[in-house]
Amino acid sequence: MAVNSSSQNNDADGSRSFELKAASFTLPIIRLMDNNVEAVAARLGKKVEKAPHFFRNTPVVIDLSGLAGSGAGGADLPLLVGLLRGYGMIPFGVRGGSKEQHAAAEALELAVLRDSYVKRDKTKEAEGAEPEDSAPSEQAPQPRASQGQAQRANQGFLLVTRPVRSGQRVYAAGGDLSITAAVSSGAELMADGNIHVYGPLRGRALAGMSGNLEARIFCQDLQAELVSIAGHYRVSENIPSEMRGVPVQIFLDQKVLRIEKL
Amino acid sequence: MARIIVITSGKGGVGKTTTSAALAMGLAQQGKRTVVIDFDVGLRNLDLIMGCERRVVYDFINVINGEANLNQALIRDKRCDHLYVLPASQTRDKDALTKEGVDRVLTELSEGYDFIVCDSPAGIEHGANMAMYFADDAVVVTNPEVSSVRDSDRMLGILSSRSRRAENGEEPISEYLLLTRYDPERVANGEMLSVDDVQEILSLKLLGVVPESKAVLNASNAGVPVILDRESDAGQAYNDMVSRYLGEDVPHRFLNPEKKGFLSRLFKG
Repeated sequence: MAVNSSSQNNDADGSRSFELKAASFTLPIIRLMDNNVEAVAARLGKKVEKAPHFFRNTPVVIDLSGLAGSGAGGADLPLLVGLLRGYGMIPFGVRGGSKEQHAAAEALELAVLRDSYVKRDKTKEAEGAEPEDSAPSEQAPQPRASQGQAQRANQGFLLVTRPVRSGQRVYAAGGDLSITAAVSSGAELMADGNIHVYGPLRGRALAGMSGNLEARIFCQDLQAELVSIAGHYRVSENIPSEMRGVPVQIFLDQKVLRIEKL
Repeated sequence: MARIIVITSGKGGVGKTTTSAALAMGLAQQGKRTVVIDFDVGLRNLDLIMGCERRVVYDFINVINGEANLNQALIRDKRCDHLYVLPASQTRDKDALTKEGVDRVLTELSEGYDFIVCDSPAGIEHGANMAMYFADDAVVVTNPEVSSVRDSDRMLGILSSRSRRAENGEEPISEYLLLTRYDPERVANGEMLSVDDVQEILSLKLLGVVPESKAVLNASNAGVPVILDRESDAGQAYNDMVSRYLGEDVPHRFLNPEKKGFLSRLFKG
């Protein structure tokens, strides 16, 4: 119980004035197929007329990938952004498109989002950046990148059958993470949902990354360096010795992290 | 097509170069056409261990840069006809290893050899990445101590995510564990991690256990791969390792402290 209070104390005395977390959102995307802003305006106008409330204050992403090959800076971004704002939408980012278009977007203070379906230079990110460094949208493809053998049954649920080694990070965006092998010390597991580990868990496990207080960690052999649910964490030093090496579940009870034998 | 083997560890000083020399010599003695490449550009040692430091004219980087062809740079071992050494450059740094250049050299070597042994530098930076990127098999050299085991674990993670096989979604690199500098007596006294302790963390196929031995330093000083020292325990352990790598089922030796003789036991107390 000592630990629970330690993490709470931090909150109380203000040494944790904020938390950095990853979250994923479902957003409407406007995929441009045509350079002609006039044509876009006409069609969009009709759409908005049908459901004006649906579009009011709605954040949208502008997808430029459909304009491939239409020449540099093909989409007239400032006009388009003005148009969307005029309809009450909040355009906040673009994805796809050329370097020139990205520069134009940045000039308009729009975010340039990476396309999660495009294969990227994956290894650097998987091995490099701390979680705090990368935007939520960048984290999603990491499991696939860092774990060549990771088997993705469907969106948001991730199964890993090979050992997770020191320095590797696996993130199950929007769902549960199951590992059927060992997790080495120095490895990091993250999931928006629950985490299940069927080998020894020697690394870090962070469940409920997007703030889900109901998330739990289940493991067969707890030797973890750190466990965390929705930001409430406990380090190895504060895990009671009778809980080590036995099957346990870890969950939040009134915002207090609890470890219980299974 | 040659099989490309990388000898790697993450941590320095665990015996990568000694192992590279021993494995290459062992394979060549079994009649396999073998070439061993030093990837430790700027800190080359393999030529010393192989005893060919006085015969280096051109090196790996010269070949990558097109300043020499492979035949000019390859050094044929005087003790074994099937073995060639490709030394590293001592005057350049690791950035001289370009992915395209390494790929070209390995592809060219693949046609004429059965095995290509890549002696990786320590660390997880560019040089080590280039050594392991094209590998088919990896021998992870580990000492029975926690820092070496953790570094090996980290290296295994990199092997499974940053190699060509991983990037192309092919069958992953076959990973083997080689424990070196193993001291059975200290293990028995609980001062050193045992084979089982290491295996519990790394869970890999165990290729061999090489005992701590004076023969290794002597062999390095003499420029003779220790595998040629048939009298020594380390030489025998490396021989077993080569046989195991080639698929033979050889029992592990040197795992337990040497049995004290009758007389020494009698007079001990």
